Amino acid sequence: MSAKTDILKSIRQSVGEDRGAELPVNRDYCTSLGLDPEAKIHLFIDRLVDYNATVYRTDHAGIAATVAEALGVRGKRGLVIPSGLPSEWLPNGFHFTVDRDLDYDTLDAAEGALTSSTSAIAFTGSIILTHSPAEGRRAISLIPDYHLCVVFESQIRETVPEAIRGLKDRRTSPITTIAGPSATADIEMMRVKGVHGPRTLDVIIVAA
Amino acid sequence: MLISLFVACYNDTLFPETGKAVVTVLERLGHTVEFREAQTCCGQMHYNTGYRPEAIAVMKHFVETFRDAETICVPSSSCVSMMREHYPKMAKDAGLELEIEALLPRIYEFSELLVDKLGITDVGASYPHTVTMHTSCHSLRSLHIGDRPERLLNSVQGLNLVQLPAADQCCGFGGTFAIKNAEVSTAMLQEKINAITSTGASICTAGDNSCLMHIGGGLSRQDTGVKCIHLAEILAAREPLTNQEVAVQ
Amino acid sequence: MSIRVGEAAEAPDFRQAAHALLANKQVRANVRRATETIRNKRANVVGEMPDWEQLRDSGRAIKRRVMRNLDNYLEQFEAACTMAGGQVHWARDADEGNRIVTQIIQSHGQKEIIKVKTMTSDETQLNPHLEANGITPWETDLADLIIQLGHDKPSHIVVPALHKNKAEIRALFMEKMGLSDLGTRPEDLTAAARTYLRERFLRVKVGYSGANFAVAETGSVCVVESEGNGRMCVTLPEVMITMVGIEKIVPSFDDLEVFLQLLPRSATGERMNPYNSIWTGVTPGDGPKEFHVILLDNGRTKVLADEESRETLHCIRCAACLNICPVYRQTGGHAYGSIYSGPIGAILTPQLQSMEHSQSLPYASSLCGACYDVCPVKINIPEILIHLRSRIVENGDRGAAERIGMRMAAYTMSDSGRFSGAQKLVKIGAKPLESLGLPGWSASRDLPAIPKESFRDWWKKNKQ
Ligand code: SF4
Repeated sequence: MSAKTDILKSIRQSVGEDRGAELPVNRDYCTSLGLDPEAKIHLFIDRLVDYNATVYRTDHAGIAATVAEALGVRGKRGLVIPSGLPSEWLPNGFHFTVDRDLDYDTLDAAEGALTSSTSAIAFTGSIILTHSPAEGRRAISLIPDYHLCVVFESQIRETVPEAIRGLKDRRTSPITTIAGPSATADIEMMRVKGVHGPRTLDVIIVAA
Repeated sequence: MLISLFVACYNDTLFPETGKAVVTVLERLGHTVEFREAQTCCGQMHYNTGYRPEAIAVMKHFVETFRDAETICVPSSSCVSMMREHYPKMAKDAGLELEIEALLPRIYEFSELLVDKLGITDVGASYPHTVTMHTSCHSLRSLHIGDRPERLLNSVQGLNLVQLPAADQCCGFGGTFAIKNAEVSTAMLQEKINAITSTGASICTAGDNSCLMHIGGGLSRQDTGVKCIHLAEILAAREPLTNQEVAVQ
Repeated sequence: MSIRVGEAAEAPDFRQAAHALLANKQVRANVRRATETIRNKRANVVGEMPDWEQLRDSGRAIKRRVMRNLDNYLEQFEAACTMAGGQVHWARDADEGNRIVTQIIQSHGQKEIIKVKTMTSDETQLNPHLEANGITPWETDLADLIIQLGHDKPSHIVVPALHKNKAEIRALFMEKMGLSDLGTRPEDLTAAARTYLRERFLRVKVGYSGANFAVAETGSVCVVESEGNGRMCVTLPEVMITMVGIEKIVPSFDDLEVFLQLLPRSATGERMNPYNSIWTGVTPGDGPKEFHVILLDNGRTKVLADEESRETLHCIRCAACLNICPVYRQTGGHAYGSIYSGPIGAILTPQLQSMEHSQSLPYASSLCGACYDVCPVKINIPEILIHLRSRIVENGDRGAAERIGMRMAAYTMSDSGRFSGAQKLVKIGAKPLESLGLPGWSASRDLPAIPKESFRDWWKKNKQ
């Protein structure tokens, strides 16, 4: 018999064939916090700052200037960008390398990556990437040591359930959720920021 | 009120003063106490050690003995916890579901009886000592005894109640665990002893003589001078206060 | 069948192992500091949740549903994952799981793998198996790397190297990574690990992961982590292998909304862990070109059979029960002789082995109940410990002396005449309880003297 047949048979022996009615699952936990929009954004920013991310706020027209500002603060000359990133987000005076299957060593040598995002969660300070053309494949926001990420206010959800349900048709794309730069507390429980993922995360929040 | 005392086997044998103290307090409050001599044990040791059929036999005996008792007082949280947590399940095996269901609401741990059923916190005791309270795991997590013992102690004249640090930490007794894993049990006890002595209390009390036997055994072995006494014995006490203490009251 | 839980079958019993560990002041201090830190962080972030109890109830209800319909959910997972380009394998036991991993690696002519979420593979002892087949596994989680380099064993489910302190780790890294100089701060040690592993992340062609959740509805797999090594392992290699215990299935994608709240707060005391990776089969142009999932039984279907302890399989491996456990606090994880330590280890390890090994573990608890209170999926661990004790007794695996003693005690206790007779017997010595035979007690604790008069005798004399 195949392993599959054996395992399924063993399960059926253990739980019995007659399962009766499906067990109910109550879902009376919070799906919303009932915050007004500005309070929600403030909560999100608080959480990001708590994780040591640097946060910028701007509007649509100000994205390129804010990218320039962030790069200036970090002393960067250029970044890797995904192929679908809107070109109006890119300030002059910096070098942007479009990811057309860049090899890992090139990504490793890059100064950082600029990407968009799918949504965010205020309550946990999470950013969700589903790796659409404007977010890029997973490797580009992973290998470079710096991640500059654009989040639109309209994409910020209050809670984890709201965000998960909101993924809808993006559920089977690769998904990465990010809550601050990589970290470890494996050595004497002292939190060290920056292990393998990007050690620095900056976030630009764009008004609707 | 007629109150039936289930004293618990180990109190009966090893800590009779606790049973006497319960009688003293309840009588002082104007109640009548009965002691059904047929009583023995709740079955906890058997059950927790994995001897379920044996525990069921003991439970049956408990049910027979107390079937018609109106109010049952138990000066041992762990026994009450045993009854509330495990009797319903054991009852299924024994076909005693209805009896157990009817009986459980009439069973009170000693401080529950005083505070909830009798609605009293000042039982007219005086005990001029510095006391710290060990909250046993059963009273904390199973009975959710809350601040009932503290409220009772705070109403005792002359008593100075001091908080025990890390009060939610197990003392390491755990029934047969104290023997089967004596060394780990002792390591846990050491932390409890350190916490108790750090309070400067001369008395450590609890609603369970089981923990107190273990804690007291350690306190005594290490010559700390701290004594362990069941809550009921403090509430039964009427020690004279010095003039100074009377003035403070 | 070769069901194996790490090296648990050969481990000494808990009492013996604890004896040695209790003497190790350094380990105990490390364990105490680490568990206290996580425990306080957890209390803070759980305390801020208005709906924590509702989430726990939902988590439990979902898991109960999974266990009752595990066969259906597994088939559903297989279909969805296959449809998305994944390849699903089934493994009855540890050896079969290990063989599948090795065959996949060998079929690509590879000699190395990078690994993350390594606990299930510790259960099957994958690494020794790989090494025997000429394949080098690189552990990439900082703690797992510390364990691997030090030929050590994990002592905690979430922070496996918590028994090691900074100085020990530094010495280990210098020796094994061939460093002539290394700073002493945790930052320096972490940076050394980053450098050591980065080259491997970028070069090695096969990745291995465990999984926190596998979604039946979509065929997705979820890895919850902090360091980014998980993202590296599941993204960069050309071939990806995930081995997951069959109980890790959740029915629907939306169920993640419950567990992604329960797990990080319980495990590391964070509102959310830095990274979650969720992927479904293969995505052209993004990540591995080939994805294999191995669904591992290794004793789990047998655990399902016992309805009273089935919920052991609900565990999401957050380790909150370890961090709160007063027994674990004293001994650390090695005393449990298994990769699964603490309260959950005490119930899971023996059950996976059909109660044939690790029988001292269900007794390694004072039944204080703290584990049940913190468990995010409300596993009633104390109740299961007691239940497993009764299974051990039923199997006749406790000594005859204990059995006879307990029977006699029950016989005595179900009749007051016999009981008061026994009380009189005890009193004859009127010496401490030594007479009852309590070996182990007296090494550290005095016993009360037996009172001259029992309560019932006093009552008879004074109250009747
Ligand atoms: S038993 Fe509960 S508390 Fe312990 S690791 Fe599993 S989920 Fe966490």
